[in-house]
Amino acid sequence: MTTREDAPGSTGGADVPGPLHGGPDDDYTPEQLAAMSREDLDLLGARYDGVQVLHTEPGPEPGSRLEKAAVRQVALTFALAGLAAFAAFVVYAGSGWFLPDWQWEITESGWSALFTPLIGALGGLSLVLVGVGMVLYTKKLLPHETAVQDKHDGSHFDRVTTGATLVGGLHNSGLARRKLITRTLVFMGSGVGLMLVMPLGGLIRNPNTGDPLGTTSWAEGVRLVRDDGSPIRPGDQVPGSLETVFPAVPGGNRQSDAATMLIRLRPEQVRVDRPRENQEDFGYGDYVAYSKICTHAGCPVSLYEQETSRILCPCHQSQFDVTRGAQPVFGPATRPLPQLPITVDDEGYFVARSDYIEAVGPTYWNRERI
Amino acid sequence: MARTATAPGVPTTRVGKAALEFDDRLIVAGPLRRTLNKVFPDHWSFLLGEIALYSFVILLLSGTYLTFYYDAAMTEVVYDGTYAPMRGLEMTAAYESTLYLSFDVRGGLFIRQLHHWAALMFVAAIVVHLLRIFFTGAFRRPRETNWLIGIALLLLAFAMGFTGYSLPDDLLSGTGLRIISAIILSIPVIGTWAHWAVFNGDYVGEEILGRLYIVHVLIVPAILLALIAVHLLLLVKQKHTQFPGPGRTEHNVVGNRLFPAFAGKAGGLFFIVFGVCAALGGLVQINPVWLWGPYNPAQVSAASQPDWYVMFLDGSTRLFPAWDINLPGNYTIPALFWPTVVLPGIIFTLMAAYPMIERKLTRDTASHHLLQRPRDVPVRTSLGMMALAFYVVLLISGGNDVIAEKFDISLNAMTWVGRIGLIIVPPLAYVFTYRICLGLQKHDREVLEHGLETGVIRRLPHGEFIEVHQPLGPVDEHGHGQLAYGGAPVPKRMNQVGGARRAIRGFFSPIEEPARVELEQQRSERGLAAAEADRELTSSGRPSDGGRPQEPRD
Repeated sequence: MTTREDAPGSTGGADVPGPLHGGPDDDYTPEQLAAMSREDLDLLGARYDGVQVLHTEPGPEPGSRLEKAAVRQVALTFALAGLAAFAAFVVYAGSGWFLPDWQWEITESGWSALFTPLIGALGGLSLVLVGVGMVLYTKKLLPHETAVQDKHDGSHFDRVTTGATLVGGLHNSGLARRKLITRTLVFMGSGVGLMLVMPLGGLIRNPNTGDPLGTTSWAEGVRLVRDDGSPIRPGDQVPGSLETVFPAVPGGNRQSDAATMLIRLRPEQVRVDRPRENQEDFGYGDYVAYSKICTHAGCPVSLYEQETSRILCPCHQSQFDVTRGAQPVFGPATRPLPQLPITVDDEGYFVARSDYIEAVGPTYWNRERI
Repeated sequence: MARTATAPGVPTTRVGKAALEFDDRLIVAGPLRRTLNKVFPDHWSFLLGEIALYSFVILLLSGTYLTFYYDAAMTEVVYDGTYAPMRGLEMTAAYESTLYLSFDVRGGLFIRQLHHWAALMFVAAIVVHLLRIFFTGAFRRPRETNWLIGIALLLLAFAMGFTGYSLPDDLLSGTGLRIISAIILSIPVIGTWAHWAVFNGDYVGEEILGRLYIVHVLIVPAILLALIAVHLLLLVKQKHTQFPGPGRTEHNVVGNRLFPAFAGKAGGLFFIVFGVCAALGGLVQINPVWLWGPYNPAQVSAASQPDWYVMFLDGSTRLFPAWDINLPGNYTIPALFWPTVVLPGIIFTLMAAYPMIERKLTRDTASHHLLQRPRDVPVRTSLGMMALAFYVVLLISGGNDVIAEKFDISLNAMTWVGRIGLIIVPPLAYVFTYRICLGLQKHDREVLEHGLETGVIRRLPHGEFIEVHQPLGPVDEHGHGQLAYGGAPVPKRMNQVGGARRAIRGFFSPIEEPARVELEQQRSERGLAAAEADRELTSSGRPSDGGRPQEPRD
């Protein structure tokens, strides 16, 4: 290491160990340190870290009533914490084993509704008591000291020297002069970057292929069936009632956009019924069918108040009037619920006359275009 | 270091020898001493961030346990478990595994509820911590970076919460997911493409739960962990801020050393947070998914509410009017886009940019390590209260259907209350807060100038009654205090300056000697006894005399 011998801060010869990591071992010999008390060593180290202990209020006097009371308190807290922890363990392990009337799972002999609450109460109590015990210990039995530590701003020396190293390295690379390398680096960087994010392209799929947002499983002649698959005839429902129906296709009752409300209007409602333009014949007699998927955020609109002819979406409270073509009358929804054109087939069951003529569910950017 | 056996200071105990061996290899004594000696200021509000940190630790522990049982598959299965009401029902494997871990794993329900409660606690602690940072000005230079990291952590906590409660695939979480799907669709131009990228097709598809799962258990937690590490590292590097007070300056930290006092309290707080989450997890039922049933796109239950931290967005969605924007060429910007994407975008951008905005407006570019009392910065405090009022109106509107039902109010009226309230409550909050700040400032100055009200009424020779005031420090010839306001709390009651001796400790019988307490009291710097000596009844104790209102700082 002869090259470093005259560098500033070097300790010189090869056989002499460099300064220790951290400590000022040159200022304090082991003999000096050995002569100091533990308290002095503690304060010395603190001072070396920029900390000055201003003031120490000793804990309670050993043997005083104050100390005994605090010790009893802390010990009691820890003891109770242990007790609660063991009790929690007994409940956990004993249920369904050595505690005869305790079952943690649902069985024929019953289920202990107290299992989870007891685990929580005892376990929680135990942990809280551990914490309280620690805080009590710190507050009541430890000496209270007030310490001050200096705050250092960034060092000018560090900034200048680090800057010199960085700029020097960059300068030595000669990149500023060697333009051909810089340009190829930019070119390479963009290419490699693009190549690395390339696999994410697998996520991109065309949402317009086959217009999945604008079509459902409803089609001409598809029967309206209940959740259990049974078809519906006119007359099955009483006036004023609503039934959720699905297309009679496999899995129709689990599709996210097919759910439809079949509503039988009351005579008073039929009298004031004003369907949307060009959709006057979408209903069948006193039956109308509207999409159940809210045009606002896609929740199923479920709450039908037949006195006011309103359907309410429970998510954001959009309200639709079924006697006015399910136009929104209050709340954040902007579009009416699409109406399903229905009729009755040869066997007298409800069928769809076609798919919905517009997209069901929430609005999107190019909804009107496809 | 090789030392000879005879050198002084060589450890003789077994532990000491082991420690020497350890440090010979790892050289940790120096950094460890620096860490143990680190001084932390002591104030209850500095513990709020710690609560968030500890909740996160609990979330990692309980969440890892949950992954042993949860299955993110969306394949349809028929339930055949121990919960009788569900037997024979079709559901996804994800929902079935949630039911399994709730009913067929010993203590599984407890861990699931513990996890959910800890998640609510996590976000709540972050939000309250953020408010503390905001109102005390702790985000000012040099801590803007940590403010930004904090905002990122809050957003990630949101993402964790949302992805987490979507996983069980019950009716409630499925409804939430459906709304998210609609929100993604509502983004102009790229909405449908983004939806296809996230869901791998139309709603709901087969992939989404698996993707949410990996986001929830790997991607977001990893980023959270890394950012929390940087957050804490910066805190240690820059040192904690402190409130102004005796001996506290911009260039020091006054408080307790990490070891043992601060470590003892912080460790205690961890166990208390853990205990509270555990007690809630066992005692207070949360998200009983078996009552909601499996997700079905055709079903929903009334009063479907998200977790509390998403409720303000649910509220904004309910309040926003039905304003689709139809553009030429038959393109539409759905109304849903504004309250769910634009509004939170604006809120979080403003929040993130606030330190820069304030720096621009006040032209205060100096470094600050001393905190401000909210009253001393009335504009910022009022802006904060205004934002909070805006948030609270949205939050309440997120549950307006429940309020309407419980208090028998019209639902539509509740919506209108929210819409109008959103516009008029925040400015009112600003004005009220501003006035309150000024009033508190004025009172601080008044006490410094004229002293504390003692409650002692004295009749002057000419018949006038005055209340005797206790000055806080030396007074000039007119009896006016000469203490300047230094940004620290000003005592407002006689007992705060030792007007009454503190109670002797001991429950059944005194466990300390009254004489010692007396002595201790006299030692305390601003004790009544000290002031008694040069006590002087001011000629005019009336606070109305010469109370100069201070100009607000900004």
